[in-house]
This record gives sequence, C-alpha cells and structure tokens, in this order.
Amino acid sequence: MTINPDLQGRSYPAAEVYDVGREKIREFARAVKATHPAHFDVAAAEALGHRDLVAPPTFAIIVAQRADAQLIEDPESGIDFSRVVHADQRFTHHRPIVAGDRLVAELHVDGVRAMGGGAMITTRSEIFALAPGDATGVAGDATGVREPVATTTSSILVRGEGQ
Amino acid sequence: MSIDIAALTVGQDIGSRSITVTRTDLVKYAGASGDFNPIHWNEAFATGVGLPGVIAHGMFTMGAAVQLVTDWAGDPAAVVDFQTRFTKPVPVADTTGTPESGAVIEISGAIGALDADAGTARVDLTVVSAAQKVLVKAQAVVRVA
Repeated sequence: MTINPDLQGRSYPAAEVYDVGREKIREFARAVKATHPAHFDVAAAEALGHRDLVAPPTFAIIVAQRADAQLIEDPESGIDFSRVVHADQRFTHHRPIVAGDRLVAELHVDGVRAMGGGAMITTRSEIFALAPGDATGVAGDATGVREPVATTTSSILVRGEGQ
Repeated sequence: MSIDIAALTVGQDIGSRSITVTRTDLVKYAGASGDFNPIHWNEAFATGVGLPGVIAHGMFTMGAAVQLVTDWAGDPAAVVDFQTRFTKPVPVADTTGTPESGAVIEISGAIGALDADAGTARVDLTVVSAAQKVLVKAQAVVRVA
C-alpha cells in the first residue's frame, strides 16, 4: 500500500482533552531517568516559580503521539505502523507544562515526500491549554481562550517494501 | 538561580554522563509514554521487520539525553526548545535476570551558540551508543539570564 499524497495540508482538530497529572509527570520523569526535584516535589517546583510539578522537556510527546495516532489510524493514510521509523523530533515550548494543565492538540500534516517505495511524513501538533474551569472541552471554551503551550514537529519515515 | 550568559562561551563544556538501559527501562518508557510499538519490547517482532533486535524508543534516548541540560540549567522549564534527528537505532540486549545493562548511552554537551538579545544559550549534545552517534543535531535552547 502506498502513502496517500493528498495527506499534505490535512489537519485534524483537537479530539480529546489530556489532563496532566502529578503522578504521570513523576512516572514519565522516572522513565527518562530524570532526577530534577521540580518533577517530583511540589515545593521544589513552587520554589522555582511554577504553579505545580513541571513536566520534563519531552513530556509533550504523549499528547503529540495521541494526535499523530489520528493520522496513522486514518484508513485513508495508507500508513503501516509496523514500518514507521521516527526520523526527527522537535519541541518548542511557549510555556512549561505543569500538573493540572488540560491540554488539547491540533494536528497538521506539513509534508509528505516520497522516498523510494516509502514516504517521509512531517506532522506538527499545536498544543494548547484550556482555560481553568472550562468544561466545554476541545471545541474551545465559551470565550474561545486557548493558551498556546507547545509546538511539536515530527518526521516519520514509512519504509516501503524491501527498505 | 538561572545561568549568567556573560559567564558562558561558545564551545564550553557543560558536562557528560553515561546512562545504562535495560529491557525493563524500555517497558517502563512504553508505559509512561503510551508508545507500545512492539519493536521496543518483542524480539521476534523486531527481527521480523528487519531490525537487529529490540531497540530503544528514539524518544527514550532523546528524553534521557536532555536531563544533562535540565540539571545544568537548574530548572526543567528553562529548556524552551529541543530537537534532534534519529540516525542510528540503539539495540538493547536482553539481560533480564542479570545485573548487566543491555546498552549504554554516553551523553556530553557543549555550548553551541549564545543569543544575548533573546537571552538564550544553545547546548549541542553528543549522544553515542556502541561507538555510533545515535542522535544528530541534538540541540537544546536554554533560557539564561
């Protein structure tokens, strides 16, 4: 199966809210062998001026890969997940992610380039925090306020047969 | 406690560290991140798709490598931008039940650029496993004073 070239320029709206919990920050921090106290101890995070525990610099990958899953699982995309290799990754933080954040991600397919029998696909997730107390969820709250938190970009190589 | 940009010079070493990796670490990262691709935990699956064996998640290596920068900066939130290319996989041998590690990742960092107007320093990371560079253009931009 070949990659659908019409994917380029496609976007997927924010689908579900990701609630950032303290224990998830601690679990992720341990998993990347982080030891900085601002990931584990609320008082240490507050001493640095943060509202709550601070997520490690690559934590946003959880939210970004959930957004990417919409593309990979889209039957129109033609992507075989078992043939996917992660080629590059970037995180740009507009403000730190802290425990208590309620995040949503919009996914944009910025590039699709044929490579041999496969393709290089570049996606970008724009991650926003919903306003505190916004119960309306992903569509934006009544006031439309969504605070930009991070932009992640990722390229995946989908290997063709024999690659 | 942020770092004074005037005290930094391009090329300056910010330190180094060595990280050991086991199959258990990969299972923990899979659970923590939600990335359950079996190439990171199932040997038969990994070799079946042409890999040398189970490999570490690129995002495990990227996430572990930046801890050198986080600890140097003194605040994880000071890392405002972080990027890398994944050039070589990190195969992790199955050492379950032994005290041995399945792979070792060596990380070192140096100041690559300074931007006084933006108040940032770029740290360039060198990340090597089994004598091969596994991350290329691994760059973290850190907010300094």
